Amino acid sequence: MSVTVRPGGRPGGRQSGGRAGSTGDRVLFGLCAFAGLVAIVVLAEVIYQVISGASPAISRFGLGFIWHTAWKPNLFVFGAGEMLEATLVTSFMALILAAPLGIAIGLFLSMLAPRRVRTVIGPLVEMLAAIPSVVLGLWGVIVLAPFVQSTIEPFLHSVLGFIPIFGPPQTTGLSVFTAGLVLTIMVVPIIASLSRDLFLAVPRELQDGAEALGATRWEVIRGVVLPTTTSGVIAACLLGLGRALGEAVAVALVIGGGSTIHSSVFDPGTSAAARIINEIESLDNKLHLDSLFYLALILLVIGVLTNLAAQAIARSVGGQQAMLIR
Amino acid sequence: MSALSGLDPDAAEPERTSGVPDPTAPLTATGNLRRRLAVSRVLEIAAVAAAVLAVGVFFFVVYAVAERGLGAISFHFLTSDPNLVDVGAGGIAPAIVGSAIIVALATAIAMPLGVLIALFLIEYAGNSTGRVVRLVLDLMNGLPTVVVAFMVYGLIVLGTKTESGYAASIALAIIMLPLIARSSHQVLLLVPGSLREAADALGVSRWRTVVGVILPSALGGIVTATILAAARAAGESAPLIILDSLVIGEVVHINPLHGLAAMPLTVFNYLETGTPAAVSQAWGTALVLMALILAANVGARVFLARNRSRLGL
Repeated sequence: MSVTVRPGGRPGGRQSGGRAGSTGDRVLFGLCAFAGLVAIVVLAEVIYQVISGASPAISRFGLGFIWHTAWKPNLFVFGAGEMLEATLVTSFMALILAAPLGIAIGLFLSMLAPRRVRTVIGPLVEMLAAIPSVVLGLWGVIVLAPFVQSTIEPFLHSVLGFIPIFGPPQTTGLSVFTAGLVLTIMVVPIIASLSRDLFLAVPRELQDGAEALGATRWEVIRGVVLPTTTSGVIAACLLGLGRALGEAVAVALVIGGGSTIHSSVFDPGTSAAARIINEIESLDNKLHLDSLFYLALILLVIGVLTNLAAQAIARSVGGQQAMLIR
Repeated sequence: MSALSGLDPDAAEPERTSGVPDPTAPLTATGNLRRRLAVSRVLEIAAVAAAVLAVGVFFFVVYAVAERGLGAISFHFLTSDPNLVDVGAGGIAPAIVGSAIIVALATAIAMPLGVLIALFLIEYAGNSTGRVVRLVLDLMNGLPTVVVAFMVYGLIVLGTKTESGYAASIALAIIMLPLIARSSHQVLLLVPGSLREAADALGVSRWRTVVGVILPSALGGIVTATILAAARAAGESAPLIILDSLVIGEVVHINPLHGLAAMPLTVFNYLETGTPAAVSQAWGTALVLMALILAANVGARVFLARNRSRLGL
């Protein structure tokens, strides 16, 4: 199903005349170059607008904004600490749950499932990513949260309650934990489809060789498939993490909107992106907007860094990064 | 060879000592091999379970939305304006029309640009230029949607002091652009070189080759990529909330220079309202939105599969 793309010799330059062709050639080149330039300008503009929007807040709070925890718009006091903590906790929880699930699904789709099963299950898993985040949020609030509150949280509290992370459940089920679960649902299909493509690209001869030596299915996976794709899989997980870090609406709906740092993941919180969604329409003052821009800037930096890290890791083995972006 | 590192070092050893193997022994795994096969079996089952879990969650979400949304949906619901007094008696026509306009505008911006960028990468970009453009696309693809929305907020909303449908369209176009460009690039790479060579041999100029040969043979994939990107954009809610949410949306508007109602916004706002009638409306809207998006996804996949088999790829 999936076709490995081997970019051969670049077709450009095949005409000895190069760019000095007819008017049509020049127009086409102009349009294409313009479009490429637009992409670069748009990215630069995103960075510029977010930095310039945040600059009043940056000059007022400095880097302390990142770890200060008070957020009192009416008193002109802003700090992102609690939100970034909630962002990191929900995203890493999603990553910890989604990485093994996604990799297992990738293995299933690439190595274990018969072709017919694969062509049905693969698209279904990808369709999970197509469910709009606001719909997933609605489902999270009304269906998932009560279930989490009545079943999962009491169970985890009774078994693992000695760890302060798993404190007593709250009344609504809208919590950091529920937000992490919703993010998991969003991240699993990303990791699954990326890692499936990586596993499919593992040379068949290596697997056949291991099987000829008597390796079982799992030994082929552990000894051949996973080692040759490690960096790509890590990159896939980072891309999934980036998605989770920036997700706004679904998290805003299910995380519950608390405003202090709690040790327990069963308490409500607010992530950075959720704070933006909740407050952008009810601004108290100009500094409030500037601080939201500052939050967006932090999300921008995190997003760019995770993406660059994913690229660097994928490129470190070479050849695989082309598979990573669909 | 690292391939061997995963093999159990003990695997080759057992029952070698007896010399001649017993030819009448049954061909069943024993001892260590049995354990290894059991481990493999258990982990295979775990992988199957993970896939079943993901598919199960998908169907559970779809079922939950359908079950609660179907009750709210009627012809009246789809074609009438919201009722501000009796919320449960209203419809979502302005949101459907608004969503269509916002997404159509975003697609109209993003599709030509995306395809041109893909053509630029294929036809013109040198190694280093191509790398820069691809990196830019990847970074754009990784931007959180709230960040994109804030860029448009700073650029347009702060300037014009009003929120509007076209601001949301621009943000959605920026979200769609890398998706369309990357997928179109992949599709263009698949165009057989023999087609180009045939055009070259006939002395066709480059732009005519591109317009008459390369783009038509890649059209199916480009259309698929555009549909998938549009479906993704139709479900985005963060840019709408930031750029286009000061809308009452009582009646159908079609001018994107003003605020437009949209389905993701409607779901969000009705859920925030929280009364039973409003939440029921939210479920109905969510079902319409999700059904449209999933239908677009299925349609795009079917279209691509038929197109592929036609081209013999």
